[in-house]
Amino acid sequence: MSTNVATERIAVPAGETVSARVLRALNRTPVHIFLGIIAVIWLAPTIGLLVTSFRPRSDIQSTGWWEVLGTLRFTLENYQSVINANGMGRAFLNSLFIAVPSTLLPLLVCSLAAYAFSWLRFPFRDTIFLVIVALLMVPVQVAFLPVQQLFAPLKLTQGFFGIWLAHTAFALPFGIFLLRNFFITLPRDLIEAARIDGSSTLGVFRNIVVPLSVPALAAYGIFQFLWVWNDLLMALIFIGNNANYPMTIQVTTLLGTYGSEWHLLAASAFLLMFVPLAVFFSLQRYFVQGLLAGSVK
Amino acid sequence: MATVTFDHVTKKYGDVLAVNDLNLAINEGEFMVLVGPSGCGKTTSLRMIAGLEEISSGELKIGDRIVNDVPPKDRDIAMVFQSYALYPHMTVRDNMAFGLKLRKLPKSDIEKRVNEAAGILSLDKLLDRKPKELSGGQRQRVALGRAIVREPAVFLMDEPLSNLDAKLRVQTRAEIARLHQRMGTTFVYVTHDQVEAMTMGTRIAVMSDGLLQQVGTPQVLYDTPSNRFVAGFIGSPAMNFVEVTADNGKLVGPEGWVAELPGRLRNAVGAVNGRKLIAGFRPEHLELKEAEGQTVTVPGRADVVEYLGNEELLHVTALGKDVVAIVDSDNRVKPGDVLQLLLPYTKLHLFDAESGASLISEREQVAA
Repeated sequence: MSTNVATERIAVPAGETVSARVLRALNRTPVHIFLGIIAVIWLAPTIGLLVTSFRPRSDIQSTGWWEVLGTLRFTLENYQSVINANGMGRAFLNSLFIAVPSTLLPLLVCSLAAYAFSWLRFPFRDTIFLVIVALLMVPVQVAFLPVQQLFAPLKLTQGFFGIWLAHTAFALPFGIFLLRNFFITLPRDLIEAARIDGSSTLGVFRNIVVPLSVPALAAYGIFQFLWVWNDLLMALIFIGNNANYPMTIQVTTLLGTYGSEWHLLAASAFLLMFVPLAVFFSLQRYFVQGLLAGSVK
Repeated sequence: MATVTFDHVTKKYGDVLAVNDLNLAINEGEFMVLVGPSGCGKTTSLRMIAGLEEISSGELKIGDRIVNDVPPKDRDIAMVFQSYALYPHMTVRDNMAFGLKLRKLPKSDIEKRVNEAAGILSLDKLLDRKPKELSGGQRQRVALGRAIVREPAVFLMDEPLSNLDAKLRVQTRAEIARLHQRMGTTFVYVTHDQVEAMTMGTRIAVMSDGLLQQVGTPQVLYDTPSNRFVAGFIGSPAMNFVEVTADNGKLVGPEGWVAELPGRLRNAVGAVNGRKLIAGFRPEHLELKEAEGQTVTVPGRADVVEYLGNEELLHVTALGKDVVAIVDSDNRVKPGDVLQLLLPYTKLHLFDAESGASLISEREQVAA
């Protein structure tokens, strides 16, 4: 991650003697060991899940996953049966089909709104912003039923449109709050320079604000994607059609039907985890520091 | 090229008057410097020309067009910010081309203008770098380049040199002056540094507390400041001020100092006896041995002598105050020396103690 780069740069002064380097390494060793132990504890359940998901059913029922080193028997059968027989493949696509628009839509709406709240002048701007921030306090659950009743006559819950809207709406307060507080830290001079150079209001947003806010947008995008991907409650309420169920619902169904079928649960749970991990690791390179370096001083 | 005209322009922030009834006509091709201490309204005035601040009342014209409600991009201006405000995610080339691309100029034109500006500012080799890979002086030149390529009617500069070190500042000062000669465009330049103002400006507008104090060429401001503020602000080291009282054609100062006024000054002071005045004289106009014309003597004792090579800067206790004088270093003044400083009457300024207005109008000064 980017923090690694930062610490390395700080920690290596030029012209260091060998003994000083050894001493520094020794000084840091206890810290490294401690961090390593924490990481292992943290990762143990996930590794267990991963290993289990590749073990044959009989092995899982007889021995624990840590004994895998003794047998070294692996199989892809669990994944095959989960994806094909238990509708997990379909659910995986549904999940993607719910999560991607439910991430892009809030990103678009929130960033535009945050731009207005930070850099445009209009009456009651700050009051409206405060009201939106206050909406953060409202528990999502209290709004479920009214919204569901609003959607039902419009048949929005039949397809995906209802859940896209619902996720977007509930994401707005936090997204606007987060992005506005980032946008407001951009140097005023830059925005004014762009306006003098000939940018329209939307042009400033596109050419200056968005490129300079990539870390914040990526952070918010990851956050929103994870939230939607892992969501079970809203999917249960706003998806009326069984064929559209995402993975979260599908996994709970598995749990109900095959309560003791660990090999299927492990495989489907790992499938569920895989996408968030991929999203996180692919977007984390956008967490770069010093994007504004050199612009104003 | 264009004129810029402030016609009774006022800017209010709530109850605070940032710019108070400003009337100023900036001529075509002129290098106008707005100068004053921080908070005097000079930057606000510049930002009103740029369209970054709304005008509370009055009219602002660029050329013949009233621009009160014209957005910045349609005013045909370019601005150099104190902070440079370079786009950090673009290369030097893209920074300069940005405004031209938005104006949909043909690619070949953009290329030509950017290369030309880069040539003038010796940025040729830096065109593909990002701002963070440049030094402060180079960033400053990119900011200038971004303004030049636009070929605007009016150049606006907001303290463009204040982030540079002293040596670079002198260099860039000359560079900007050369740029002005080369382009012949109207420049409006804001600074708090009176040396910059004096060296660069065709004319200078001195502001204080939102009010325009005086407009004129550097020489007029130096020779005939219209009030005490301008007198104290222009010139370095600053003018010495002594409180005096008018008495029958004489000035009576502290410690029994009396100056017999010649006719011209006597007329200016008027017949009122007991009028409180401020006498002002510049350090460089005090002499030790001989001075031209009629003089008055200021006795004092030297406290500190700062040797500057060709001249000496003296801190003298005289008339109950710390008076600064600059004399030829041949005089070899030593601390503790008792001095008789000579002040030519032609270099004496008189201000009303209450209003601060100068008693000597420009006309009389010329006549003398």
